[in-house]
Amino acid sequence: MAHERTGADILIETLTDLGVEVVFGYPGGAVLPIYDAIFKQDRIRHILVRQEGGAAHAAEGYARSTGKPGVVLVTSGPGATNAVTGITDALMDSIPMVVITGQVPTPLIGSDAFQECDTVGITRHCTKQNYLVKDPAELEGVIREAFRIATTGRPGPVLIDLPKDVQVAATAANKPRTSVGYQPQTEPDARAIESAVEMIAAAERPIFYTGGGIINSGPAASAALRALAKLTGAPVTSTLMGLGALPASSPLWLGMLGMHGTYEANMAMNKADLIVALGARFDDRVTGRLDAFAPHARKIHVDIDRSSINKIVSAELGIVGDVGRAMEKMMEVWKARGHQAADLSAWFGQITQWRARRSLDFPNSTKEIMPQLAIKRLWEATKHRAPIISTEVGQHQMWAAQHFDFEDPNKWLTSGGLGTMGYGLPAAIGAQIGNPGALVIDIAGEASIQMNIQEMSTATQYELPVKVFILNNEYMGMVRQWQDLTYQGRHSHSYSEALPDFVRLAEAYGWKGMRIDKPDALDDGIAEMLAYDGPVMVDCRVAKLANCFPMIPSGAAHTEMILQANEVSGEMDDEAKALV
Amino acid sequence: MHIRTEVSERHTLSVTVANEPGILARIAGMFAGRGYNIESLTVAEVTEDESVSRITIVTSGPPAMIDQIIAQLDRLPPVHRVHDLTAEGAHVERELALVKVAGTGDHRIEALRLAEVYRARVVDATISSFVFEVTGGTDKIDKFLELMREVGLIEVARTGVAAISRGHNTF
Repeated sequence: MAHERTGADILIETLTDLGVEVVFGYPGGAVLPIYDAIFKQDRIRHILVRQEGGAAHAAEGYARSTGKPGVVLVTSGPGATNAVTGITDALMDSIPMVVITGQVPTPLIGSDAFQECDTVGITRHCTKQNYLVKDPAELEGVIREAFRIATTGRPGPVLIDLPKDVQVAATAANKPRTSVGYQPQTEPDARAIESAVEMIAAAERPIFYTGGGIINSGPAASAALRALAKLTGAPVTSTLMGLGALPASSPLWLGMLGMHGTYEANMAMNKADLIVALGARFDDRVTGRLDAFAPHARKIHVDIDRSSINKIVSAELGIVGDVGRAMEKMMEVWKARGHQAADLSAWFGQITQWRARRSLDFPNSTKEIMPQLAIKRLWEATKHRAPIISTEVGQHQMWAAQHFDFEDPNKWLTSGGLGTMGYGLPAAIGAQIGNPGALVIDIAGEASIQMNIQEMSTATQYELPVKVFILNNEYMGMVRQWQDLTYQGRHSHSYSEALPDFVRLAEAYGWKGMRIDKPDALDDGIAEMLAYDGPVMVDCRVAKLANCFPMIPSGAAHTEMILQANEVSGEMDDEAKALV
Repeated sequence: MHIRTEVSERHTLSVTVANEPGILARIAGMFAGRGYNIESLTVAEVTEDESVSRITIVTSGPPAMIDQIIAQLDRLPPVHRVHDLTAEGAHVERELALVKVAGTGDHRIEALRLAEVYRARVVDATISSFVFEVTGGTDKIDKFLELMREVGLIEVARTGVAAISRGHNTF
């Protein structure tokens, strides 16, 4: 005989039953009943942020670094709308997230009540699915379905809008949901796998183009990638989102590809005769001008989301399914048919020539700290601790992707699809909560870090020893770089004016604050940051006008990379200007 | 610089979905958000327990876009099945229109004659007006309206296309 439970109780009990250990949130009138239920229990830990967007990004950082779904709890109206950026970020980067938003009581819905907004309407197109629950008896079913949808197939954010009276109402009933429509295909088609194996075995210039899908599939998928690459001998490149799936130390690693990828990675994609896309979606940052993209290659596209296949680039062979599973099946078939890795020495010879261009080299300076050098020294000083690195968005993000090597998945947290400045600090906080013993560093720009600076207080409250390493060049560096390239250096509002003294700001929040402004102080400064047992903010002054190369400029083909500063032209035609 | 356009095909899609609040908004918003075309859309419950609805959408675009539309619809959690009736072959399409025609004298007589030819029924009559109910394929409705415009059409209420496959298979 079931006893009566309130909506708030049902929520907490169901979350607990689903294995949720942490919720990132901020209270408000429309969620008071839930907050009271949280107060009365101690199995789920609530992390109080300082702005609801911080809760969403923290949940993202938690999810990407642990593999578990991130859970967010915010109030109605402005609480929900503040979370929209983070929810959209999770949708673009396929991060599993469940967001609970309070809502005004059901009789008031649609009456323009205090702190009311059409949350379901506003988030309809930035969530994988959303719900408005008007009957407490349906709540448990909705929560279970929400977690299933968020964590299966292509992961993404799911939102549950819960009116206050439904949180308070009690019921003994429980109406489970039968979600017939949602059946993601994880098992790849056997014949397609066989065709793929034959294509790989016959290729003379194969390349594996890997992406965030391998990270989402789980650590077993990264292991499968390593094994498959070794078995076939094919070189491997990765998108921004896929870094760490293959260790950077692997002899098969070409570096990241795309707009700021290495010369050898982009050239290899262009000259390959077979591209095996594994959990990557041929994003415009990777392809450059489509009519010049990889003209000689047949493409095998493995993706759990059928709509990614043939969306941008047409594939000769599309395989819908979980990428880890697909790679395991390929290895089974490869071994069963007795294939050997082809002699790819000519292909690797070509790759070595491209590598000889040393496209990631940057100018040295004894007078100022080159930002690329700061990243490299940071990597040298921390690599033995396998740190978790988050970034904000811009030049520093690209330099981190280029110069910080990753040996494992789930260590790299960055906003790729949406490119949200302000992501890095809350994401680092979420990662630290999920990985208490780990070293967590947010590599930031001085413009980006200000977007969610208030989360410094969260780190202090929960004694999270995150490190924020600011590459301070006093510009929105990437915007300035584009203005140099496209608008003849007219720096319209891309200069960081009225910057705070970051050292004093850090101390005001109870952090350790440091400034590094000379190259010979860099290594000691990094060591001092790492030695401190607590949160640290480092204001590292770097060369102000350094640009990020290589770069595929807007409208160019992926072979038309700018490698040096003196190749910058200054103005672009309208077609190029019209592209982002 | 000019925005480029490509050759376009018309497709009729039949989509079964969980009958829940917001599902129509999600689908219509997906079309709008991705720049896809909705030429017509009809929706109604189709199961006895009212748990499933069928949405019939007529859309148009280049073949690659049609393929994307189907994939984007299919991956929405509340969507059960998506069928491209145009690609799958023989199917029946019907629309219904209620057409108000005002006139006296010759126009009035001609309107009635043409209505007979098109097998339209009179569902409202006054001394100076008729309302005709006409069903048929989109082309037939279009043609009927074109003719009625010559003889005094003043108002049209038109449904979208409902469609179903021929033969005994179902989904």
